[in-house]
This record gives sequence, C-alpha cells and structure tokens, in this order.
Amino acid sequence: MITITHYMVLSAILFSMGTVGVLTRKNAIVVFMCVELMLNSVNLTFIALSSHLGNMDGQIFVFFIMTVAAAEAAVGLALMIAFFRNSDSIDVEDFSLLKW
Amino acid sequence: MENLVQTAMQNVNFAAIMPSLVLACFSMALLLINAFSRRGATAHVAGISLLALVVTGFSALSAWNNPQVGFAGHVVLDNYAVFFTFVFLISAALTVFMSDAYLKREGYPIGEFYSLILFSTVGAMIMASGTDLMTIFLGLEILSVSLYVLAGFFRGSKKSNEAGLKYFLLGAFSTGFLLYGMALIYGVTGTTNLVDIGSHFSLSPQSAMNPVAIAGMMLMATGFLFKIAIAPFHMWAPDVYEGSPTPITAFMSAGPKAAAFAALMRIFLVSLSSMQTTWETAFWVLAVLTMITGNFLALNQQNLKRMLAYSSIAHAGYAMVGLVAANAIGISGVLYYMLAYSFMNIGAFAVLVLIGKKGEENLTLDGIRGFGYKRPLLGVLLTICLFSLMGIPPSAGFSGKFFIFAGALNAGFVWLAILGVLNSAVSLYYYLRIMVAMYFKDPEEDFEWIKLTPGATICIVISVIAVLYMGILPSGIMSLARQALL
Repeated sequence: MITITHYMVLSAILFSMGTVGVLTRKNAIVVFMCVELMLNSVNLTFIALSSHLGNMDGQIFVFFIMTVAAAEAAVGLALMIAFFRNSDSIDVEDFSLLKW
Repeated sequence: MENLVQTAMQNVNFAAIMPSLVLACFSMALLLINAFSRRGATAHVAGISLLALVVTGFSALSAWNNPQVGFAGHVVLDNYAVFFTFVFLISAALTVFMSDAYLKREGYPIGEFYSLILFSTVGAMIMASGTDLMTIFLGLEILSVSLYVLAGFFRGSKKSNEAGLKYFLLGAFSTGFLLYGMALIYGVTGTTNLVDIGSHFSLSPQSAMNPVAIAGMMLMATGFLFKIAIAPFHMWAPDVYEGSPTPITAFMSAGPKAAAFAALMRIFLVSLSSMQTTWETAFWVLAVLTMITGNFLALNQQNLKRMLAYSSIAHAGYAMVGLVAANAIGISGVLYYMLAYSFMNIGAFAVLVLIGKKGEENLTLDGIRGFGYKRPLLGVLLTICLFSLMGIPPSAGFSGKFFIFAGALNAGFVWLAILGVLNSAVSLYYYLRIMVAMYFKDPEEDFEWIKLTPGATICIVISVIAVLYMGILPSGIMSLARQALL
C-alpha cells in the first residue's frame, strides 16, 4: 500500500537531489535541469497532498507551477544563448567578470 | 449550470484587479506599438508607458478606503495594496524617466525595455494584493521573469549577460524553496488562502508547533528573503546590480524589493502570526546580520553601483527591523521607508546615469573625481540623496529610520534599535567617500562628459523634492501609511 508518507519522502528526496545538483554542477544547463527537478518534486508534493486532503487547490497550483516553469525555461535558455554567444562557454565557473 | 456561472461571476469582481489589468493591457499594447515603430525610436514608447503608469495610479486610487475583494478571496485591493501599488508605480515612472537617453547612449534603443518594466510592475502589484499563496507566487514570477530579461538586456555586453544569467539561475533556485515551503504549509493547513491558513493555525496551536509547518515557514521565508537580498541570501545582489543596466539596478533595488516585502509581511502577519515567537527570533538575527554584512562590505568598494548594491542590502536590513517589531509604528515605518527608499535610491542612481560614460567604466570613486566642482548643482542633488541614504535629518531617510527604530523600541527590541543606529553610523563612512571623491579631489583634465538629459534631470529633481518633503513634513505620508496597515 502506497501512503502519503511514501510520496512525501520521495518528493523530499527528489528535492534534495535537485538542491545538491544546483550547488555542485558546473554546466548552467544542468544546473537549470536540477532547478526543474526541484520544481517537479514540489508538483509531486502538491498532487499527493491534494489527493490526500481531498481538496483541489493543490492540483490547480500545479498547473500554475508548470506554466511558470515553461516561461522560466524560455527566458533562461535565451539568456544562456546570449551568454554563450559572447563567451563561448556555458560553464558556471566562467561567471567571473562580476566579483568583489 | 446558469446559477453556477452567475455565482462565479459575482465572485470575480474585476474592480479588485483593475490597476493590474489596466497596466497589463497597456504593456501588451506597447509591445504591438513597438512592432510597428521605426527601429531606434523609443521616445514615444517611454511617453506611453508614463501615461500607462498615471492611468493605473488613478484606477488604484478609487480603492483607497474602499477595499475590493475579488476572485473568491484570491486578490484584495485594500489600502495596504494601494499604498504599495503607488510605491511600485512611482519607482517604475522614475525609472522610465531616466531610461530613454541612457538606452541611446549605451546603444540599445529598444522599446521592449519599457513594456518589460511595466510587466514587472504588474507582477509587483499582484504580489502586494495577493491573498492566496497561488496569487502571490504568480505575481512573484511575473515580476521575476521580466526582471531576468531586463538584467540581461544588453545582449552584447558580457557583464549584462552574466548578471542576467546569475539572477535567473539563483532566482529560479529560490523559487524552488518558496514553492516547497508553500506545499508544506498547504499540507498542514489544507488551504492556500492566507486568511484560512491564519485561522487554522490560531484554532489549533499545536499545528503551529508542527515541525512540518515550521519547515514550510522557513522555506517560504527563504524564497522571499532571497528576493529582498537579506543576508545570507544576498550573494547575487552585488553582482547582478553591478552588471545590469543602471536604470534597472535602480528599479530592482526599489520596486521589486518593496513587492517582496509586501508579500512577506502579508503572509507573516496574516497567516503565520501564531508562529510569531518562532520567526521573530530568526528575523532578528537576519536583520542584524544583513545590516552588518551590507554596511561592512560596502566600506571597501570602488565601483559605485556595487557600493550602492551593498548599501541597498543594508537598507533591506533596516526595513527588516520594522517587521521584527511587528507593531503599528514598525510596520507603517516599513511602508514609509519603502517609499522613501525608492525616491532617494532612484535619485542617486539617476545621477549615476547622467555622469556615466558609454560602458560606465568611469562609475568608480576615481572616475567621478571633482565632478562636484564642475557640475555644482548636480553635485548638490546627489549629496541630498546620499544624506538621505545616511539617514541625516531633514531627509526622508531619517524619518523612515526614525519610525522603524521607534517601532523596535516600542516592541521592546532595544538592542536591535541600538545595533541599527550603530550600523547607520558605519554607513556614513562609505557615503562620505563618494562626497570626498566628488568635492575634494581634482577633476580630470578633459572633463567634458556630463550632458544633462531632460528625462534623468526630471527624475532627479522629483526625487530630491520628495526626499525633502518626506523629511521635513513626514506626517502626511506617515498618516497614509498608518491607514494602510493590514
């Protein structure tokens, strides 16, 4: 029997994997994929809770998160292309012009 | 079915989102106008966006003392939202004023700049009037996504690219935390409505001590504190502020910061007031940490934009003091301070816009040597803005800090107020360094690089008048802020 606890633990694990990925990966696109993983783990949390509580709010929230994630992806990839055109790299380590 | 539609329509109430609706329509119309305009002609676009901001202001005015609830309690246009709406509109309008000549000088006369500013203002307004986690999240994203583009707006400039990409990656990262926090709060309370969350926690105090609820609260706070650039979530701010186009830096440090404060205060005072003992301590520590980090890291900066970025972090720390106090004086002090800060900070940035050369390599302490002699009037205007940022009377910055620290004292946070005042004293050093550079150093031989442009000049003059008005006669705006309490 799969209970709400299973879903919560699974999404917590996915969320932590995303967080660790953002902090450790070097390629900006992979970093962004890790952010998407975090957002999707949140979606999983919302859907599991929504079905557990018998309340639709969580599922509506998921639609908004998916829409926003799509908009963010469009803007983010455009920014990465602009960066790549000027620097020939998409490595997070190359974000080095602005430093104190 | 008929009945269902009727009830739904009654719940909608467009009056509650009228200002955002008007502004959103204007910004979409601007996109179309851009498409049919000659390349490089942006003056009329700037004019229309100013008109849009004024019309929006009028449509928001009718909701003062006449709160409108809309969309089944997802949005409310109360005095609090109207006050913040005006803060956003004013900072957007001042930004539009200084942008036109700047964009031409830097070689990017692109009209979409203005519609993006308007879109981010729409997002900020939705954030301030949202009374549901969903609405607040949507507003935050409309605001942020437009700002990511604006930060990286100068496509050919490596600095701007880097600023945009950094802001985007870290912003999306923090959104993840915010959403996870919202999900956990939803799981504990079973609702996303702020008022219902609040009543759930006050009806069952043991659920307010639930570790899941506390984790949700902390994660949600992280998301907002990131947007406000509260230490230790401030790392992105100096880099992004330095790399972005200067008018956008000015806008980011005023409008969006106020928006995040608006949503943060609404959530924590309406929904999570039962957990006040928990978040009070955390915010106390963060406020002190932020003031110290911002002020001490600003001391040694050479680049003026970067210095003002650190100062803006410190100012967020002062505003945080008002939220920790959480009483009438403290919270209305935060409202007042947000407005005051918009004026003084955007005024200072507008001077930077005027004195920068193409590429802005000269915006350093060395680069502005002697400019106070060569352009005495502009120097005085910048000095007034800087005095206000220091918090010297009679200026808006002084009265704002006065209200906030008075709130902290009233609520019994004596040490917090003392640390805040000491920090203001530290900040004197780096603001005075700017003045020393512009008044006590010899100017360059070939000093001929300041051309007054009408837009930026209007922006500076308006800001300075407002700073002096709010400093000499603070009671007018303060009584408005008092009426705008939640």
